[in-house]
Formats: sequence, structure tokens, C-alpha cells
Amino acid sequence: MSDSLQAETVRFTGHGGDEIEGYLAQPLDEGSFGGVVVIHHLPGYDEGMKEITRKFAAHGYLAVCPNLYSREAPGASPDDAAAAARALGGVPDERLVGDVQAASGLLKSLGSSNGRVATIGYCSGGRQSFLSACSLPLDAAVDCYGAFVVGTPPESSPLRVSPIVQMTPDLSCPLLGLFGADDQYPSPQHVAELEEALKLADKVYEFHSYEGAGHAFFSTDRPSYRPDAAKDGWQRIWEFFGRYLAS
Amino acid sequence: MCTYQTERLDVSGSGKGSEGWFSLSCATFYFDHPTHYPAEHSLNIDFLNLDGGARARVAVELDPASARELARAILATLQTAPQP
Repeated sequence: MSDSLQAETVRFTGHGGDEIEGYLAQPLDEGSFGGVVVIHHLPGYDEGMKEITRKFAAHGYLAVCPNLYSREAPGASPDDAAAAARALGGVPDERLVGDVQAASGLLKSLGSSNGRVATIGYCSGGRQSFLSACSLPLDAAVDCYGAFVVGTPPESSPLRVSPIVQMTPDLSCPLLGLFGADDQYPSPQHVAELEEALKLADKVYEFHSYEGAGHAFFSTDRPSYRPDAAKDGWQRIWEFFGRYLAS
Repeated sequence: MCTYQTERLDVSGSGKGSEGWFSLSCATFYFDHPTHYPAEHSLNIDFLNLDGGARARVAVELDPASARELARAILATLQTAPQP
């Protein structure tokens, strides 16, 4: 396989018939490829998320990162968009699922799709990846340090986020969880509680927690970046997707 | 951590953003990852006008000690100001 890829901004129809923006990256080699919906972190649809989306294409996956703040802040810079979305209460769960479903459909409609699609999400996107996998038929899902799958945000928070661990029996696919042992949201206790729910529901899952890493250890442009954890995490992702997204 | 801990206040006043002055409608406060300040976490404040689009925003990211000093200085200044 060569490393040729094409990456571009696209527009497609999301939840409720709304047109939303996304960043689509695809390998240019001949063949059929699995798809990955990249769910961005709370700070938004930024350069780091686009870099991650391109990385999937470079490794032989069709990937799209929908801009979940398209409606609140069309055309705004990622940090302004994230601030507006936060002030307005964040992304409603139902809308998120609709947008991920649309993104999955976009990937499957590509001529080079092998018909398999996974989600991966970071930070708030980790919770949303789990939510998507409990709401939609997917082939695999990755939760990177998603807070509030277990546990509840403070009452004062205007963000509309509630725990979703009770949805575990509906999980439609294998789950890979990558966490920082020093993180507080999700804490090791939150991760253990989710693992217990997965065991009880007899689901296929694989969890890795990294010592010396906290939240956002994959973010290369932030002080939270932990190269050792990120390197091992990426290896786990390639193995996991190799297993569940292959033709 | 990504705390999601956000306080939101309705505020009256004006702010100057990237496109000039605008009226403020609210402010959000959160302790979370900064976009620009080189630390894992900071106390972030956004002054916004929710009807003015996402660009109607004045943002600051402060280290916690600076944020406490700011809060103290604001209250001290108001205490010595003439009462309306």
C-alpha cells in the first residue's frame, strides 16, 4: 500500500436533514477499505482532529470527522465554535447519534468502502463513541478517555450530559477503551464501573489504562500529550481495527 | 481531566472581540484544557453574545492563581467604587 491520500472538507446531510460540515480523508490506492467516524473532542473540530482523520487514511481507512458544532457556529474558528456550543449546552445526544449515522452512511456510500464502519472518539467524543455504538449497528468502537459514560457532571453545569452506562446491554460491537490512569474524568473508578457493566452484559471489550498519563494523552499539540501512552494506544487501535474492519 | 464543569452567568456590558465592540449577553467559566495557554488546565472565561454568532466572543485563559487574584481585584475595586 502507498501512502497517497486525499483529504478535504465535505458537506453532507446530518441529523434532522441539516447540512453539516465534515473532514473526509481517504486512501487513493485501489481496493476496499473499512471506515472510521472520528468524533472530535470538546474543544472542537480543530487541526488536531483533522490530523488524526488523515492518519486513519494513511493507514488504509476511509475516515470522516463530522463538525458537531456546524449548526451553532458555521464557519467559525474551532475555539469560538466550541465556546458557543458549550454556552448553549453542548451537543444533544439524539443529534449526535443522527450525525454519526449520517457520517457512517457517507463512508459506506464511497465506492472503495468494504461496508464496515467503526467510531472513535476523544474526550467528550469518547462518551459519544460509546453512545453511538449502543444506538447504531457498528462493527467496532473506540472510547478514548470519554467522561460521563459513568458518573454525572455537577448540577451547575449547563452541559446536557447524563451517564449512559445503563445502555451497555445495547452495545452493538466490540469496544476498545484507552484511558489515562491519572485522569479524574473518567477516573479509574469510572473505568472499572464501565468494565463491570461490560462483563455483566457479556460484551467483547479491551481496556488499557496508562500510568503517567491523564486526559487527552493523544493530543500532540497540548501539554497533556504522553508519547509512550499515545504510541501504544495507536498500536492497539491498528490491531483492533485490523481485526474488526478488515474485508 | 475534562471536567465539563461550566458556570454560566447572564451579564450586561460590552466586550471587544475580533470584529470590534459588541453587547454581552452571558459569560461562561470553566476549568478545562486551554486552547492557547501552555498548561494542561486553566480557568477559562468566555464573554459572549449568543445572538451575535460565534465570533461575538472575548476569551481569556488564566492560571488558577491569576484567576483568584483577578476575582479579588475585581471585588476590591468594586468595593471602593461609588455605589449606584
